[in-house]
Amino acid sequence: MRNPLADVIVNVKPSGIRKFFDLVSEMKDAISLGVGEPDFDTPWHIRDEGIYSLEKGRTFYTSNAGLKELKEEIAAYLKRRIHVEYDPAKEILVTVGGSEGIDIAMRAMLNPGDEVLIPQPSYVSYEPCALLAGGTPVIIELKEENEFRLTAQELLSSITEKTKLLVLPFPNNPTGAIMEKEDLEAIAKVIIEKDIFVLSDEIYSELSYKGEHVSITSFPGMQQRTILINGFSKAYAMTGWRLGYTCGPKEIIEQMFKIHQFAIMCAPTTSQYAAVEALKKGDEDVARMREAYDQRRRYLMHAFKEMGLQCFEPYGAFYVFPCIKEFGMTSEAFASRFLEEEKVAVVPGTAFGDCGEGFLRISYAYSLENLKIALERLKNFIERLRKEQKTEHS
Amino acid sequence: MREKILTYIERNSRVDLKDLAILLGTDEATVANEIADMEKEGIICGYHTLIDWDKTSSEKVTALIEVKVTPQRGLGFDKIAERIYNYPEVDCVYLISGGFDFMVMIEGKTMRDVAQFVSDKLSPQESVLSTATHFILKKYKDHGSVMVHQQKDERMLITP
Repeated sequence: MRNPLADVIVNVKPSGIRKFFDLVSEMKDAISLGVGEPDFDTPWHIRDEGIYSLEKGRTFYTSNAGLKELKEEIAAYLKRRIHVEYDPAKEILVTVGGSEGIDIAMRAMLNPGDEVLIPQPSYVSYEPCALLAGGTPVIIELKEENEFRLTAQELLSSITEKTKLLVLPFPNNPTGAIMEKEDLEAIAKVIIEKDIFVLSDEIYSELSYKGEHVSITSFPGMQQRTILINGFSKAYAMTGWRLGYTCGPKEIIEQMFKIHQFAIMCAPTTSQYAAVEALKKGDEDVARMREAYDQRRRYLMHAFKEMGLQCFEPYGAFYVFPCIKEFGMTSEAFASRFLEEEKVAVVPGTAFGDCGEGFLRISYAYSLENLKIALERLKNFIERLRKEQKTEHS
Repeated sequence: MREKILTYIERNSRVDLKDLAILLGTDEATVANEIADMEKEGIICGYHTLIDWDKTSSEKVTALIEVKVTPQRGLGFDKIAERIYNYPEVDCVYLISGGFDFMVMIEGKTMRDVAQFVSDKLSPQESVLSTATHFILKKYKDHGSVMVHQQKDERMLITP
């Protein structure tokens, strides 16, 4: 029989930490700090709108780009939150989660051989999406001493003549890093000077704990060279609804629209009606959840300090990214032992790129009671590791 | 800061002050002082425990009583309310807009207890025109806490 498979997908390497996840799923009584989604339920009034839309029999496709009302609400929201104006008719596309936006943006923008700059540690799908779109991923390894922000210098030294697109994933999963106004200003300057484009994944924009989130699109000259990705999953605790959106210059959105139209048709109708309600009346819910995350973030940072675990202070998303280099073991070895001995699951930093080695992603999308138990176990574990190190050395 | 403290302890008054200080990004002394001040100022009026008595072996009934009154000259509603809230078996007294004047909540051991309170103590009051007693059959949610079921974390660990 002939080989039924396409080389391009076969050559995409599967997530390296499958083994570890299999281990976690077998351990039923483990406390998990590994999940990458909110612990809150979608606020009831939003769920209720979804249910109502079903009761009304709104079970048909919407127009391909999304409900007009939703696109208008998205435009109003972006104007209110990041002070950038998009034309709902031509510059906004409602997608199946932010993930679809990442995929179709790359497919619409990359020609074979075009280089895509991907700062890591970061979310796992940028690299495979770039590959599937025929691009060449080029990794920029972010540094802890820069609080895992992307510097203009790092960007400049990775740009070649083939560079077409920069992925800008802030607030960042898994590090929790954010980019502030000055950081972005410097990046924007390089982008314009070198004439490249940006895919700004701002899915965690509402979970920013140091002043207002700043979008790269708000800098002069940047809106016309940026594809903005956002969605409802993180801000409104709507992961299962699979709803996101992407905004950009109409020439790019037009092409993305074609892929979306042929591959997806339209985003789920029920979710779109619920999302209209989220944007209209969800601001208070977002603020309430943000405050809860921020409290837990402070609690974790304080606990790390007390146990002497090195960790830069992250101001975004719902992750902390402590450094475990002092224990002289790989992230995966640390995470496996921690799981076996203390029954707590955390994600090894290497899941998010090779430069995540020596770090762990700990999610605080968990109740404080849960976090407290896990932290107590972490404290016991690292004390034991330190003791072991001492006896080895003496 | 006050609002943040109140928002937190309204749902969890048992929080450790040291923890609360960390959660709110301040120090323990500030939190302790603010709470002490708010107790003095009568902003914080008490600390209670939310109990689902149905899950215990104790028998308790709770009733909501709508009360219509005639406000007395020179005394208004406050004086009448005082006559009602002074009974220890009365849990809450609210002045209400709409079809009646006071909403009184009372807890008793049996329905008979409650009925007796209404017939012997509440109704005979001079300014009370009429009452309507409603017994609570089941509590689904109280003070923001859902009492009928507990939620499980059903999230799965998927590729991050």
